[in-house]
This record gives sequence, structure tokens and C-alpha cells, in this order.
Amino acid sequence: MSLFFTITALITMASAIAAMTLRNLVHCVLCLTVTFAGIALVFLQLGAEFIGFSQILVYIGAVSILMLFALLMTRGGTELTLKRWDPVHWITGTLIGIAGFGVMSFAIFNSSLRQSKIPEAKADSLHALGNSLLSQYVLPLEVMALLLTVALIGAALIALPEKKVFRRNASFSKNQESGNK
Amino acid sequence: MIMDSLTPYLLLSAGLFCTGLMGVLLRRNIIIMLAGVELMLNAANINFVAFWRFHPSSEEVSGLAMVVFAIAIAAAEAAVGLALAISIYRHYRSTNPENMGDLKG
Amino acid sequence: MWFEELLITIKYYLVLQMPGSLQPVGSAFLSSLPIMTSFGGLFALATLLERKMLGRIQNRYGPNRVGPGGLLQPVADGIKMLTKEDIVPKNADHLIHFLAPLGLLVSAMLGLSVIPFGHRLIALDIETGILFFFAMGAASELAIFMAGWGSRNKYALLGALRAIAQMISYEIPLILSALSVLMVVGSLSLSDVAQAQSGGIHTWHIFTPWGFLGCILFLISTLAEINRSPFDIPEAESELIAGHMTEYSGFKYALFFMAEGVAMFAMCALTATLFLGGYHAPLPILSFIPGPVWLFGKLTSLVLLFIWIRGTMPRLRADQLMEFAWKFMLPMSVVNLIAAGVWVALDGGVAAWILSGLLNCVAYFGWSRILSQASRFNPRTYRYAEEAGVSK
Repeated sequence: MSLFFTITALITMASAIAAMTLRNLVHCVLCLTVTFAGIALVFLQLGAEFIGFSQILVYIGAVSILMLFALLMTRGGTELTLKRWDPVHWITGTLIGIAGFGVMSFAIFNSSLRQSKIPEAKADSLHALGNSLLSQYVLPLEVMALLLTVALIGAALIALPEKKVFRRNASFSKNQESGNK
Repeated sequence: MIMDSLTPYLLLSAGLFCTGLMGVLLRRNIIIMLAGVELMLNAANINFVAFWRFHPSSEEVSGLAMVVFAIAIAAAEAAVGLALAISIYRHYRSTNPENMGDLKG
Repeated sequence: MWFEELLITIKYYLVLQMPGSLQPVGSAFLSSLPIMTSFGGLFALATLLERKMLGRIQNRYGPNRVGPGGLLQPVADGIKMLTKEDIVPKNADHLIHFLAPLGLLVSAMLGLSVIPFGHRLIALDIETGILFFFAMGAASELAIFMAGWGSRNKYALLGALRAIAQMISYEIPLILSALSVLMVVGSLSLSDVAQAQSGGIHTWHIFTPWGFLGCILFLISTLAEINRSPFDIPEAESELIAGHMTEYSGFKYALFFMAEGVAMFAMCALTATLFLGGYHAPLPILSFIPGPVWLFGKLTSLVLLFIWIRGTMPRLRADQLMEFAWKFMLPMSVVNLIAAGVWVALDGGVAAWILSGLLNCVAYFGWSRILSQASRFNPRTYRYAEEAGVSK
């Protein structure tokens, strides 16, 4: 085992588990950032520089910041979400996770991929990636550009304040909710 | 620096995927559930990059191209998902998905 | 050339003196040591220069008591900062509060490692240098959030959120205007970008239509990215005390201050590399002067420009700032990208000059006319995630 990879993998896994179990939601997202950085390190160790730095740029610079903003805008920053501790829920969920991991590792250990040998260092992957993105994958690339534009406009539209009509319904459903309680 | 076997990368990816899955199943906050989904997407990306690295041909970059698309789509998903979360919070004053049962029969 | 070769020879000589197992670490150390020391010294001088120049602009002397002409003022400031009490708020998130200034300084310093200071004089010569630089800039946003949130202070949090919103908005024009250069050069590596401008002043990218507009857009975005005046609303003293640095004192505050300074130098060095010819001399005759001298000269003139802007411009309002980023900077940088595409397609020459210049001019005048007719200083509007008065 390579020591560097082991350390990276351990930190990544530990921070991922922390991100999914911690009580303070901002701590969760900060731990998730460590996980993203660890995954970027794995990419760099595999020799995919472009992907590794894109991972840092997109996930640490944008996605986790977005999540933190969303948390603060929904007043989740200091709220305890695990107020209602439900052991059955947690035990079932953990069992499903462990079972999934068991199945996947069984598949990994029994697959023929384990015998695949590592080739010599990949030369000039950046140019090859650029060329194939603009020749072989040019249609998916265009569709992706369209998707990102639509997502930009759509996210701005969804987050706009609601119209009066809907707001009345919201207060109605809230009254109903309090009536039920 | 680099491991000469594919197994550790696949195991790490499987572990992260299951952690993300557990997060989606266990947490009661939409934003953290979305974080779990992001984690699962990232775990899949590790597989793509590892398979690209272990492919014998030097010209084959489909794995990297897939990761580029996956990162872009995950970013779009996060933007729209978090906008939805904020919109839902405005409507229901809560980010707990169990409170969003208006359509329940 | 001789100066760079001399430095590289000294480094290899020193590395070869080390025992074999230490050589990679020693090589990295020897590459980073000159960068860290020279930028630390430059930071100390720049604080003095800034105070002196601001003093002159405001018709006063500036610091002139410590040492001859105030030259030792940075030393006095450093001693004062080091001996001050380090106060951590009782309710603060101690770990996050502690990590934030370190994260900010480390990410700012790491950005410097991909800047070419001379021929082959680059600490980390990787294929994707500029992507690394922007990735480190993105990591500093997280450090600012940690500072603001970990302090448990509403001014700190508001300042941090303002800073992040501003940095994310201006990152898009920043990267898009840098992209035009990368498109023309055809490489993500900064040493290739510098090498493409080696032929003297007429090959510098600023003297092309797309490069000129790109450089201006890049400089404006840089000002916003490093939270400097006139975009310094995150730490607007009159509104937010000191933004995300409110709850920091002593050495940690000094670290924040230093991180800002280093980030400014890094961005200026990147601007010089992308548009102003990097370490190359303006005339081939002058190339006996070493590359680092040219780069530091360009860098210092950009820093002086920033100080001048700080002494002149009033601060923007938060909504004006966002409007400027999304309604003006973003479309202009996209148009600039198209102009650079025209340049690449026509492979330079007179036709490319006229076409891409015309495109930029038409877009600039047309769009600014439309914008100035559409909005005549609208009053400030507020929008919240929830309506006021409902939740309380």
C-alpha cells in the first residue's frame, strides 16, 4: 500500500462520515469540503491534473459555498436537526449502507478488473481531453452548456419571492398545520 | 505515489458512495441530503478517473470527459436543488422533508 | 537569462549537497523560500508605500517618525502586532476561528507558486498552472466564510457573506477575461503564456483589442476579488467594523492583513503575466536586465495603480456592485471572448485587429447606452429569504 494514498483515503472517508453524522450543519458542510479536497487529491495522485483542479474550483469554490449560503438562508446554521432521535430509522439506514458496501466490495473482489495492470504514465492527457471534448464529445458539450444556462436562469427564477396567490395558500397550509397539532 | 492495483480506488469509491447513501437516508434536512447526493456523484467520479488511468491506451480519455460532464451536471444540480430548498423553506418554514406532505392522501 | 541560470545552478548545487532521501523536500523548500521571503518583504514595504501615498493624496505626510523618513514603520507595526493580546471570543468556534487566517494565507501563498518569475524560474511548472491559481483563489472564499462564521458575531458573518457573494460574482468575469488569453496562447500553463509574449512590447497581449479590454476587465475583477477599494464593502469600516476580521486581534489579524497583501501581489503578478509580458523586457535590447526585476517592476506599478484607485474612488453600494458584475462585466467578458475567438480564427493581422476591435467597441458603447437608459440610480431595494415580521 502506498502511504500517501492510505492517508488521503482515511482522511476522505473520516470526513465523509463526519459530514453525514455531525449535529452542527455548518460543521457538516465544512467536513464535506475536506472530503472534496481529499477526492481532488486522489485525482491528482492518479495523474488527472485538470480534473483535480476543476474539482477544487467547482466543489470547494462553488458548491460548498452554495450549500453554506443555503444553510444560513434557511436558518440551519445552529439548529440541531437530530432533535427527534429515532433509533430504528438510524439502525435501518446504517444497515442499508453497510449492506451496500458489502455487496460492492464483494463485486470488486470477484471482478476480473483487479488483475488490470497500471500502464506507464499517461502523456499529454490535457491535450487529448481537449481534442476529444471538441470532436468526439462536442454534442454533449453543447448540451451541457445549454443545461448550465438553463440551470442558472432556473435557479434564479425558483429562488425569486413567491407571488401573492401562492403566499396565501402557504399561510392557509400553515394554519392547517397548526390546527392539526 | 500511485498504487499499482485498482482495488483500493474502487473500495474508496464504494465507501464514499455508501456514506453518501446513508446521509440521504438518515438526515432530515434537504440541504444535507443534497450533500449526500453530491458525495455519491463524486464517488462515481473516482471510478471514472481510476479506470481512465488503468486503461492501456494513452489516447483514450472518455473517463476524463465523463468526469468533466459529471462535475458540470453536479454543479447545475446543486444550484437548482439549493434554490428549491430555499423556495421550499420560504413556503413551509422548514427544511425537514417530512413536513412537506401536502399532497399526501 | 544569466541571472535565472545562476539561481537555478545555485539551487541544484545546494540540492546535490543534501542526502538522497531529503532531496525532494529540499528542492521544494529551496523553490519556495525565495518566494516567501521576497513577498514577505514586499508586503512590509507595500504597507509603508500605501500609507505614504494615501497620505500624499490626502495632503498630509503619512508615517515619518520611525527610522529615516518612516522607513522602519513596518517593523514597528510588526512588533506591535506580535505583542498584542490574542483575544478569542468565548462563544467562538475555536478550531474554525483558529484555522481561518491560516487557510487564507496558505491559499494566497500557494497561488504564487505557479507564477513564472523568469525563464525557467517557476516553483511549480505544471500543465494546468492557471487553473491551480484560480482553484486556490476559490479556496480562500471558504477561509473567509470560516472566519466570519466561526467568530459568532453578526458583523463578521455579514462581512463574510458580502465578501463571498462579491468574490463569486466577480470570479466569472475574472476567469472569462483570462480565458481569452489562454485561447489565443493555446495553453493553460503560465510559462507558455509568458513565452508567447517574449518578442518585445508589440507582442504583449495588452496591445491587442481583446487584450486591452480583457486587461481592464481583469483588473476591475481583481479589485473586487481581493476586496480592495472601491469594492471594499465586505470590510466597510463605517458599516461593518472590519467585516470578517472583526473578532481577530494580534497576530491573527496580522495574518489576515498579510493574506490580503499577498493575494493582491499574486493577482498583480498574474495580470502582468497574462497581459503585460510577464518577465520579459519591453525591448529585446533591455533583456540583459534579469526577468524577476521586470516582473517585480510591473507588479509594483500595478500595486501603485491600486493604491491610487483606493485614494480616489468612493466605495460602491452592495446592490450597485452586484448589478455591475452581472449586467456589465459578465456580458463584456463574453463579448471579449468572442473577439478573441475572431482573432484566433483570422490568425492575427490587420483584419483581425479591425474586426475584434470593432466588435468590442460596438458592444461596449451599445451596451453601456442601453444600461444607462434602463436604470437611473434606482433606490436601494431589499430582498430576504423570508419576509420580515413573519418568523419572529
